Amino acid sequence: MIRDITIGQYYPADSILHRLDPRVKLAGTIIYIISLFMFHNYYGYILAVIFLFSMIQISKVPMKFIVKGLKAIIPLLLFAVIFNLFLTPGTLVFQLGFIKITEEGIKTTVFMGIRLVFLILGSSLMTFTTTPNHLTDGLERLMGPLRKIKVPVHEISMMMSIALRFIPILMEETDKIMKAQMARGADFESGGLIKRARSLIPLLVPLFVSAFRRANDLAMAMEARCYRGGEGRTKMKPLKYRTRDMLAYLVLIIYVAAIFLLNSYIA
Amino acid sequence: MSSIIVDQLNYVYSPGTAYEKHALKDINLVINDGEYIGLIGHTGSGKSTLIQHLNGLIKATAGTIYYNGEDIYDKNYNMKGLRSKVGLVFQYPEHQLFETTVYKDVSFGPKNLGLEQLEIDLRTYEAVKMVGLGDDILDASPFELSGGQKRRVAIAGVLAMKPEVLILDEPTAGLDPKGRDEILEQIAKLHRDSKITIILVSHSMEDVAKYADRLIVMNKGGIVYNGMPHEVFVHYKELEKIGLAAPQVTYVMNELNNMGFSVNPSVTTVEEATEEVVRALSQTYTSRRKIKND
Repeated sequence: MIRDITIGQYYPADSILHRLDPRVKLAGTIIYIISLFMFHNYYGYILAVIFLFSMIQISKVPMKFIVKGLKAIIPLLLFAVIFNLFLTPGTLVFQLGFIKITEEGIKTTVFMGIRLVFLILGSSLMTFTTTPNHLTDGLERLMGPLRKIKVPVHEISMMMSIALRFIPILMEETDKIMKAQMARGADFESGGLIKRARSLIPLLVPLFVSAFRRANDLAMAMEARCYRGGEGRTKMKPLKYRTRDMLAYLVLIIYVAAIFLLNSYIA
Repeated sequence: MSSIIVDQLNYVYSPGTAYEKHALKDINLVINDGEYIGLIGHTGSGKSTLIQHLNGLIKATAGTIYYNGEDIYDKNYNMKGLRSKVGLVFQYPEHQLFETTVYKDVSFGPKNLGLEQLEIDLRTYEAVKMVGLGDDILDASPFELSGGQKRRVAIAGVLAMKPEVLILDEPTAGLDPKGRDEILEQIAKLHRDSKITIILVSHSMEDVAKYADRLIVMNKGGIVYNGMPHEVFVHYKELEKIGLAAPQVTYVMNELNNMGFSVNPSVTTVEEATEEVVRALSQTYTSRRKIKND
């Protein structure tokens, strides 16, 4: 049940995408997401689909695993889609009582759906191929210049890496507490909305208690090892660009160029 | 006659992914009514996975389990009923406490069974008493109690369901020796007085040797040994190879035997060992006197 949520997980495999510098992957993901919102026609999406699927192929992460991550966003997706479909004003296509569907509505809905799905797929591909540690290392380096305007870059990235590190731990904990309460006859699946919400109390209270306990322990352990923030801290394995990273940047530049071409020449 | 029969049980974690793990391999097992079973194995040997199958929290990939002759994977099987009959106390059970008072927390299980208020009260008081706590803590917040008390409250929460089989996953982990002995004594008492079947998962060979009628040793998802404690601990050299050991007395007795004392090396508890040594000594003494007198 809870193990089915794959968003934000790391999938160990041996591929060039896994070995790339996290900065390249971060930049690539950001560019990819921006590109999704720049297209005005369907050709652009064909390009985005081809790009993403070839990346997935290269990453050696099984397609099944990636698609599973989409399951978690289905409610959100439906929500966005339904609102767009019914509430966009424009040329009427179909009407039933107060429900109106317009041409513009259909178009926005399709675009919105594709954008959301590929946004999730693109960003989860990054987390699938990058360990949390690498990811925050990359973020810290990318945000480095912000330090000049007094942004606590190291602290932010430390918080992020701890948060990411705790996701699997808390998921496991949730699973365990859930089972323990089920062993005492708790029922998380049946009943109406209110009953279901109430049934979460035996799960959430212990989960919060344990999260606080873990946070406390971790803070203590960090202090015991004299952690004092980022000032003067060095890395055991500093990030270094290699040839493959430069090649990856080149691929990204080609992708961006292709987008501009598509957007300006094919209307 | 209630019993658990495990038939060709297999379980695979996250099949089809990089995290795939064959956690249980062809497990066959019979657990009879009223037995006290010690389940031992190295971390990751599949003990916890196995016990979660026994009350239906995990569904097997292949194979099946019969409880009192009924297939628990049958479509019409009452899973909630099974969970009340096979009580499972997880490791560090105090981490599941959530209510504002001890009373409310312990009565959570019976309440879920849909019992009448009177019966709920009765079972709650009884369960709290069974784990050796006084009535005065019923209104306390479970979060104010000491570690050992919290653990007892959590165990009481499972006992209040009146299980026929009680499974405990390392109930003494992280407790001091006194707390450990008290909990184990209470479990033994439960087994004696209420005749419930006990399955105790433990890392302590001394504990299982002292209390269990039968030992099940697991390694890498399979059962390696299944027998009386003294039968199992004969294989202490093999047990060491899979990251386990025998009780310390087994080593002492084997050593004594090697040194020429004729003691029975298959005893498993300190009491039995003491008797053996006394017997062996008196034997030596009498035989020596005989030689002198002759």
